[in-house]
Amino acid sequence: MASVDFSRTVSTPAHHHTFDRSGVFYKRLHIDLFLFLLIIALCAVGLLILYSGSGQDMEMVKRQALHFSIGIGLMLFTAQIPPRVYQLLAPWAYVAGVLALIGVLVMGVGAKGAQRWLELPGLPRFQPSELVKLALPLTVAWFMAKRPVPPRFIDLFSALIIVIVPTVLILRQPDLGTSILISASGLLVLFFAGMSWRLIISMITLVAASAPAMWFFVMHDYQKQRVLTFLNPESDPLGTGWNIIQSKTAIGSGGIHGKGYLLGTQSQLEFLPESHTDFIIAVLAEELGLIGVMLLLVLYFLIIMRCLYLSTQCETLFGRLLSGSIAVTFFIYVFVNIGMVSGILPIVGVPLPLVSYGGTSVVSLLLAFGLIMSMYTHRQD
Amino acid sequence: MWEHSFRDKTAERRLFRARAITLGLFIFIMLCGLAWRMSYLQIELHEKYKNLSENNRVQLRPLAPNRGLIYDRNGVLLAENIPSYSLTLVAERVKDLDKTLIFLNDLIEISERDREQFDKRLKFRRRPFEPVVLRYRLSEEEIAKVLVNRFYLPGVDVEAQLVRHYPNGNAFAHVLGYVGRINEKDQALLDTDTEVKRRYSATQYIGKTGIERRYEEDLHGEVGYQKVETNARGRILSVIEQQDPIPGKDLTLHLDARLQKLAENEMTGRRGAVVAIEVATGGIVALYSNPAFDPNSFVTGISHKDYSDLRDDPDQPLFDRATRGQYPPASTLKPFIGLAALNAGTTNWTNSIRDQGWYKLDNDERLYRDWKRGGHGRVDLERAVVESCDTYFYDVAVRTGIDGITPFLAQFGFGRDMTLDVISALPGLLPDRDWKKAHRRGSWYAGDTVNLGIGQGFMLTTPLQLATATAVLANRGKWQIPRLIYAHNEVEDVIEHGDIPDIQLRSPDNWNRMFNAMANVVSGQHGTARRLLSNMQFPMAAKTGTAQVVGIKQDEEYDSDALRERLRDHALFIAFAPVDNPQIAIAVIVENGESAGKTAGPVAQIIINEYLGGAEG
Repeated sequence: MASVDFSRTVSTPAHHHTFDRSGVFYKRLHIDLFLFLLIIALCAVGLLILYSGSGQDMEMVKRQALHFSIGIGLMLFTAQIPPRVYQLLAPWAYVAGVLALIGVLVMGVGAKGAQRWLELPGLPRFQPSELVKLALPLTVAWFMAKRPVPPRFIDLFSALIIVIVPTVLILRQPDLGTSILISASGLLVLFFAGMSWRLIISMITLVAASAPAMWFFVMHDYQKQRVLTFLNPESDPLGTGWNIIQSKTAIGSGGIHGKGYLLGTQSQLEFLPESHTDFIIAVLAEELGLIGVMLLLVLYFLIIMRCLYLSTQCETLFGRLLSGSIAVTFFIYVFVNIGMVSGILPIVGVPLPLVSYGGTSVVSLLLAFGLIMSMYTHRQD
Repeated sequence: MWEHSFRDKTAERRLFRARAITLGLFIFIMLCGLAWRMSYLQIELHEKYKNLSENNRVQLRPLAPNRGLIYDRNGVLLAENIPSYSLTLVAERVKDLDKTLIFLNDLIEISERDREQFDKRLKFRRRPFEPVVLRYRLSEEEIAKVLVNRFYLPGVDVEAQLVRHYPNGNAFAHVLGYVGRINEKDQALLDTDTEVKRRYSATQYIGKTGIERRYEEDLHGEVGYQKVETNARGRILSVIEQQDPIPGKDLTLHLDARLQKLAENEMTGRRGAVVAIEVATGGIVALYSNPAFDPNSFVTGISHKDYSDLRDDPDQPLFDRATRGQYPPASTLKPFIGLAALNAGTTNWTNSIRDQGWYKLDNDERLYRDWKRGGHGRVDLERAVVESCDTYFYDVAVRTGIDGITPFLAQFGFGRDMTLDVISALPGLLPDRDWKKAHRRGSWYAGDTVNLGIGQGFMLTTPLQLATATAVLANRGKWQIPRLIYAHNEVEDVIEHGDIPDIQLRSPDNWNRMFNAMANVVSGQHGTARRLLSNMQFPMAAKTGTAQVVGIKQDEEYDSDALRERLRDHALFIAFAPVDNPQIAIAVIVENGESAGKTAGPVAQIIINEYLGGAEG
C-alpha cells in the first residue's frame, strides 16, 4: 500500500507551499484533480457497464449520464463551500432528517411492505434516509470536533445516541441495509475520533451478542428469509435463491477473460435479475471477466485510498473526521454490494457506487466527494 | 468558542493518521478478500458455472414425433392427430393467482381436478416464467372467451398441441383402443429401458389399449431434438440446431370401416359382438363389441364421473365381448364335432340315427334332451347339421370320445389365442381330461362328452375364436393367422404362416359336404336359419347356436317369458360366403338374443352382403 503514491497530482500538505503549481491551482478551485479524474473514470466505466446491464437501453444510459452531470455539478459546488458552513448546517440537517424519518413512519409511502418515501406538498418525492446518509456523519463529526481528543466516554455516549436515533427509525421502515450503512458512517467518525480500542472491541462483542435478539425481535420475516437464502440459496432456487444463483452463475461463467462486452448470456437473456442496479457487477464479471473485475476493484481502491489520504490532510478535525468517515463508508458500499452479489454476504439492497443505476444514490455519493474536496481544499480562517 | 489552546494538534493528527492507516490496511485486506472471492468463482468454479450458464441458455428440447395414422383397408382414416388448445399460465406474470383462477372459472369451466393437477405442475416446474397448463382441450368458444379477455388476464395464454382423435368414435373403440397421457405407471415402465426412455422423452401420450397399444412401437416414431437458446422466461430466441423427429409409421388395417359401422348400427340396443374374417388372408375385417364407448374421451383424460358411469353401466361398455367375452359355442360347434367324428370314423354321411327327442347314456338314468320335443325322427349328419339335431351329436360325440374330439377341435384354434395382433384376446376353454382333473378335481365323465357334443358344458369360446374357426373351416383347413395389420407405411406386411399345421381331413371331400350341409342351414327347408333365405344375395353357409345362460333342470319347461331378459339364451351365429368360394367368415353373438336365426343371423347376413356386394361394386 505504501508503494501507491496518492499524492501524485497534489503536493502533500506537509509541503504546502512547494512548487507543485498545478496542485495549488486546482486547490484554489477547491478540486482535488486526482480524485476528480478517478471519479470521472469510474462514472465512465459505470455508464459502459450500465449500457450492457440495462439490455442496451440508451435512454437509461442517458438518464444516468444526466444524474452524473447533476452530481458532478453539485460536487463541484459543494466543494466551493467552506467547511464551517457545513459545521453550522450539520445539526439542523440532522434534526430535519430525523423529523423526515419520523414523517416517513407516520405518513410515508412505499412498496413491498417497506415505507421509505416521503411526499411533502411542494417538494419532489424523496427518501429521507438519503438526506440522513450525509447529515449523520456531518453531525457526529461536528459533535466530536468540539470535544477533546481522545474522546471522553460521556461524549462517545452522546454521539452514540445521535447515531442510534436515525438508525432505529430507518430500521423501522424497515430498511436493514441503509440502517447498517448509516450507523456505520456515524460509528466510523467515532473510530477516527480516537475511540479507544477497548471500547471498540466491547461494542463489537455487544453487537455480536445481541444478534440473536435482533433475529427474534427486530428483523422482519423477509429479512430473515434473505439471511436464510444467503446461507443456502439452493433451498429456494425459484424464489429468493434465484437471484444469487444466477448472479454467481454469471460471475463464474465469465472466467478470466469474460464472454465479451454485450455478449453475456446471463445478463443479456434476462437470467440475471436487477442487472442494471444492485447486480450490475455480475454483468461486468460475466462480460469482461476477472480482468474487468480487478480493474474496477483497483479503481475503487484508488478512490478510497485517495479519499483517506485527503482526510489525513484536512486542517480541521471536523474535516478529517467527516472525510475519513465518507471514504470508509464508500468502501462499505463497494464491499457489501460485491460481497452480496458474489454470495459471501446476504442480499441487502445496496447499490454498487457510481455504477448501479439510480439518481439519488449517484447524486448523494458525488455530493459526499464534494464535501471531502471542500474539507481538504479550504483553509481554516 | 473552540478551545484550540487546549488541543495538541500534532497528537490529534497523529492519532487520526494511525486510525486512517489502520482502516486503509483493513480496506486493502477486505478488497483482496473480494478479489479472492471473484477469482475463486471465475477461475476455480469457472467450469461449473460455465456449464450452468450454458444450460440456462441452451436447452436441448426433445421434439415429440407425430404419431402414425391408422387407416382401414380402404384408406378411411381411423385415428388421426388434430390440434388441441390448452390454457397455460405463467405464474410470475399473473398478478393475483386466486383472482385470476376465479375469473377464468367464470369464463370457462375449471374443475377441481384441473386445479389439483395445475397446483402439482406449478410446484414441479423447472424455473420461473415457465408456462403451466391449467386446462386441456379448450373448445373454440372457450378459446375465444379467453382471448377476448386477454387484456385482463396477464400471464394467461392459449397453446396448441396435437392430440389423437378417433373420427369414428364408438365403432372402433375396443379394437383400435386409445392413447392416453403417460401416467406414473407408464413412465416407470418406460424408465426401465434408457433407450425407450430417450425415445419417449418428449412424448405425452401412449397407446393404452387395442391396436394403439399393440403397435405402439410402430406408431410412436423417433424422437427429434432441438437445441434452442432461450431467455430466462423460457422464450425461444433462436434454434441453434435441430434434428426433426421421425413420425410414426402409418398403419393400414384389414378392418373395414363400413362393416364396423354397420355392425355398430345393427347391434344397437343389443349386447354382443361381431367378428368377420377375410378367409384368404386371415385379415379381420370387422371386430366389434356392443355397447361401446367413445375412445376420444379417454385421450386427454376422462373425468372421474364419466369413467365410473362407464364402469358401472350394467351393459359393460368397456368390456370387449369380441375378444374377451367367453361363451359356450353351443350348436355352432356342431359342424366341427361332425368333422371330428368323420375324421375319427365314428360317423359318415350316410349313417343315421332315430331321434326320439332325447339321448341316454348306458348305465345312466339321465335324459339328454333335444331342443325339439319329440325329436327329429331319422337323422343323418347333414340333417343333424341343418336342423341342429342335438341327439345326433350327443351320440357321435360319445362314440368319438373326448380324446378324439379335443385334439381335433384344437386344430381350429379353440382353447388358445391364435391371433397375430389382437391384444389381450382370451383363449376360451377347450376342456379335456387333464383340464377337468386340474380344475374340477374330477375325472371326465361320458356325460361331459355328451354336453360337449352340442357345444355346452365346460367349453367356452370367444366370438373371435368362433370366427377364426369358421374362417379355417371355410378355407378347407388351411390356416391364415387372424390379423388386424394389413400394411405398415403402405408396405404390405408379409406374415409368416408360422408353424400352425393346416388341417388335413381323411377325406377332403368332407369339407364340401359340410359346406353343403351348412348351406342348407339357410337354404334348406328345415334349416334353422331359413328365414335368412329371403335376403340372401350370396350363397351362404351357416350354423346357428343357442347358449344357455342358466342350466335348465331336467324335465323343466323352458319358459322364456318368465325369465328375465338377462337370463334368456345367448344367440350365436357363424357363417361364411359364398359357399363354393368362401371369402368371408363371420361370427355373431347376441347376448340373451334367444333365437340365432332372428337376432344374430340377420346381423351376419347384412355384413356378408355388404362385404361381398361392396367388393363387387
